[in-house]
Amino acid sequence: MSWSCDPLPAGRPGETVLPHGLGRSYGDSCLNAGGSVIVTSAMNRLLAFDAATGIIRCEAGASLDAILQFATPRGWFLPTTPGTKFVTLAGAIANDVHGKNHHRAGTFGRHVKQFELLRSDGRRLLCSPTDNPVWFSATIGGLGLTGLITWADLGLRPISSAMIDVESIKFRNLDEFFEVSAESDQAFEYTVAWVDCMAQGRSLGRGIMMRGNHAANGGGTLPAHRPPRFNVPVDFPSFALNSLSVKAFNTAYYARLRQRLTRAVVHYDPFFYPLDAVKNWNRIYGKRGFFQYQFVVPFTGDSSAIREVFARIAKSGQGSFLAVLKTFGELKSPGMMSFPSPGVTLALDFPNKGAKTFELFAELDRFLLDAGGRFYPAKDARMPAECFVKSYPNLEKFRAFIDPAFSSSFWRRVTGTEDQP
Amino acid sequence: MKKTIIVGATSGIAQALANQIAQSGASLVLLGRSASKLDLMAQDLRLRHGATVEIEAIDFDSFDSHAPAVDRAIERLGGVDLAIVCHGSLGDQKACERDFRLAEAEFRTNCLSAMSFLAHLANRMEEHGAGCLVAISSVAGDRGRQSNYIYGAAKAGLSAFLQGLRNRLFPKGVHVLTVKPGFVDTSMTAHLKKGLLMASPERVARDILRAAESKRCVLYTPWFWRWIMLVIKLIPESIFQRLKL
Repeated sequence: MSWSCDPLPAGRPGETVLPHGLGRSYGDSCLNAGGSVIVTSAMNRLLAFDAATGIIRCEAGASLDAILQFATPRGWFLPTTPGTKFVTLAGAIANDVHGKNHHRAGTFGRHVKQFELLRSDGRRLLCSPTDNPVWFSATIGGLGLTGLITWADLGLRPISSAMIDVESIKFRNLDEFFEVSAESDQAFEYTVAWVDCMAQGRSLGRGIMMRGNHAANGGGTLPAHRPPRFNVPVDFPSFALNSLSVKAFNTAYYARLRQRLTRAVVHYDPFFYPLDAVKNWNRIYGKRGFFQYQFVVPFTGDSSAIREVFARIAKSGQGSFLAVLKTFGELKSPGMMSFPSPGVTLALDFPNKGAKTFELFAELDRFLLDAGGRFYPAKDARMPAECFVKSYPNLEKFRAFIDPAFSSSFWRRVTGTEDQP
Repeated sequence: MKKTIIVGATSGIAQALANQIAQSGASLVLLGRSASKLDLMAQDLRLRHGATVEIEAIDFDSFDSHAPAVDRAIERLGGVDLAIVCHGSLGDQKACERDFRLAEAEFRTNCLSAMSFLAHLANRMEEHGAGCLVAISSVAGDRGRQSNYIYGAAKAGLSAFLQGLRNRLFPKGVHVLTVKPGFVDTSMTAHLKKGLLMASPERVARDILRAAESKRCVLYTPWFWRWIMLVIKLIPESIFQRLKL
């Protein structure tokens, strides 16, 4: 679908459809096996911008990349952003994505002013906190199942520089993380920590906290980012990533910083989107690929749950390059099915080592379900139905808003309605 | 500031062209079938590039409306430096074989209505003694093949028309560029598999604007189609008739 004024393309008779943007969800929440997807990436026009309020209207398939290209030189920035800018506006809404400033700004959905939802019966619903508010709520974090978003209004935030004042602080273990994190959340808009999840014993949970604020006016222009500089042209062989190389990488990455605290002024692009610099970075994981695993657990001063997760991962010997730890704030999302909730979130990636990896996931699932954990659909390719059902208390309420012509592989998998393979 | 008219402005190649032309600071008039699509496009071009963009919805099959639309566009721009005719449809060859009325409709869109616009634009540019006329033909017009000879024949007619126009207008200072794209990744080819031969509309648009700038007569885009079509044209008809192309 290339035009927001077009009617909804029909699937093949008896089959379902699913909106598909740039396909950056890690698992099958953007796929629809046995049905069709409606690709929206060419429906990407910027339609209006109010320089007084910072509200931009775009067609659903406009990427955050394009919005930044437009907004940055004009002194505006995304209200919050995930770790890649190669996602569409509607994808960011459908997954109610979060960023390093969740403790200040909440989820992406909080900054969506209104959007148009096209249903398979041809109705076009204008949705906002005041118009069709329940549809607004169901569609934010609704995984593309409530209909197709054709355009949306997003509230940007003003900036006076394209640069970020960044501080990197080492923490030697998990207790130090929580100290540094609490202190950072007070003084910094953006906070996120990388954790060496191969470290054990007294160093368990050691890592580097990266925190930043938009720099004050440098007096110059506000340059937007450039296209990716590097490319991974082919899949790496599967033996390239093993527990030794991951351990070596993590140790080196931790040791890279000599001082406890270092300061720098960097452009927003490497700060928010380090992986965007390398096109097709996922090929490093080889043909078998990798899994993401992200959850949030409530945190009330007791870090034992996170500690236990790290201990089990370290014990399994299956490492993760990018273990990312962050505390979510209290700000509530308007989304009925939104993932972020107050607590600590940990995102991990694991090379796919087959049964061994699945065993670790099953162990973590069981432990986290007992600890009140919640799992993130956008990063999932394997969670059992139980994990999903227990994660989302509004699930039954949400079902009423699903468009009868829409479905996804993820949805059928986690609600137990999957057809025989 | 280049004054540009794009006919068939909502086609995939035309959208990429409009974007690149607007970026260079030109003013544009966009003509196309759907007013709502033209409006969406114009909003984007104005916002992203601060370009002056005007639109008008037209019926390609009602030839009487073409000359007045061209005149209005030239009046709005205060002249015309560049006109690009982009509209086309890739009909169902098999259906056209069964029902000649469908084939006739394909001819009206791909050949006659393009000629109608080109004829009026050519006359206005000839009067003025300057300008560049560009039309999107196709590699399919270089040789008739069983898989799409209705489309191919229409584009062959268009290519010959452009040759004649170029010959006529050369002494008048008006340049004519015939564009022969191969497979381009647009809604026209959405049903085809995306192989190595599939080019992006952005790349094709870049090639077209560069060729217009350097006054090329015929552009194959991407470049390798010139050589593919050369080989295909060289095959003797007695052999070609046996091939499944």
